[in-house]
Amino acid sequence: MKGNEYDDIFQELKQTIGSFVPPEQDIHENTDLVADLDLDSLKVMKILELVEDRFDISIPLNIMPDVRTVKDFVLQIQELNGDE
Amino acid sequence: MTIFDKFQQLAEARKEMEQCCNHFFNIVMQKIVSGTEAIVDGRPMILAGSNNYLGLSFDADCIEAACDAARKEGTGTTGSRMANGTFSGHVALERELAEFFICQEAIVFSTGYVANLAMLSTLMGAGEIILLDADCHASIYDGCRMGGAEIHRFRHNDVQNLEKRLRRLEKRNANVLIVVEGLYSMLGDRAPLADIVSVKEKYGAYLLVDEAHSLGVLGANGRGLAEETGVASSVDFVVGTFSKSLGAIGGFCVSNHPELNLVRYASRPYVFTASSSPSVIASTRKALEIMQTRPDLQQRLWDNADRLYKKLQELDFATGPELSPIIAVQLEDKDEAFALWSGLIEQGVYVNLVFPPATPDGSYLLRSSVSAGHTPEQMDRICQAFTVVKETTTSAKPV
Repeated sequence: MKGNEYDDIFQELKQTIGSFVPPEQDIHENTDLVADLDLDSLKVMKILELVEDRFDISIPLNIMPDVRTVKDFVLQIQELNGDE
Repeated sequence: MTIFDKFQQLAEARKEMEQCCNHFFNIVMQKIVSGTEAIVDGRPMILAGSNNYLGLSFDADCIEAACDAARKEGTGTTGSRMANGTFSGHVALERELAEFFICQEAIVFSTGYVANLAMLSTLMGAGEIILLDADCHASIYDGCRMGGAEIHRFRHNDVQNLEKRLRRLEKRNANVLIVVEGLYSMLGDRAPLADIVSVKEKYGAYLLVDEAHSLGVLGANGRGLAEETGVASSVDFVVGTFSKSLGAIGGFCVSNHPELNLVRYASRPYVFTASSSPSVIASTRKALEIMQTRPDLQQRLWDNADRLYKKLQELDFATGPELSPIIAVQLEDKDEAFALWSGLIEQGVYVNLVFPPATPDGSYLLRSSVSAGHTPEQMDRICQAFTVVKETTTSAKPV
């Protein structure tokens, strides 16, 4: 399992999301997953699976409507990582 | 800004599709000739994309039963099951379904979609967990969302992934319901049910199997994958539909948990929907009876499936992972998918064209489904149509 520091999770997540967007795409904390990265639901689900594997957590689908930005996602992972 | 702005992306996608595949939005079955043939755009078309697996939608006895019920009981119940909408036919069908599945309890719903919505939104509530296969039907996702349970998905048909999640969730000591389908609607692959039952029992979870596409298709008696796998007694809830093998419309849930009966009183999709019309109930009851007395229908269905599946493999199409009456061709390229689909229409064969995100892995699908009602001549024509479009589409591709 990875550590639970915000920056570590952010870097991991940035790398995961990076494989689904063009290489020149900047990914910041406030990057909007849909509006800025144009991620469709299939890509979001794939990212979810990869994140679950990397952090060895199960992410409930219920939290996804609250995940708008990369930062929102990191905070959710951090919380789940702490729980599990 | 208007309320319609959010549809702009859809409008653009549709416009783009109209340019390369205008037919797609104009498919109207002008005249239904039989369970396997219709007139589309003035031309005869073999229907190889319906879910009429046993070909019963045009069975003379089913039609007569429907007509008789309409004459005697009217065209609709005009009410909810909970009010004036429970007729003797609804109760009889529930009893017959329970007997057929060798279960204690059965509930009939107005559609298969409503059955999933009703069961999943009602069975599982706050503090409880649903683990669903990633490729489950939209009605399952919608039912889960409608209830208050926590929803997790596991990778399609990946029992190790399911077990990993069960293990993670174990310490929370919460009720867990696993949801899978008997036969998945897009690629026609079965769930690995014996292994799923094994982990379900290991972790003390409940299991719901949606046999929408496997009723009448799998199992010696047509009860579905649970019967075929020999694990029916370990499945807590079976959900299904009348709109496929039984040739009508409606849904059901059967279970050996006597508490199933209580779901009626707590389920909004059950209470706040008009019940099925008498004609639908009557034709469904007759179709259920025919299904049990005509095992030859299932055999013909599988013979037809085997024929088309082998033909598509011979033509080097990327088919689904296993033989079933749902025979999908997976394509990476949208234009190729459109060209093949249009070519089949030109050849007088209708199959479903399915786009992401409704497809697994973002591929494009030509989803054929065969019927026991397809004659050998119709199967010849379907196979021939695929041969022609394969040749013409491949030769038209730039080198």
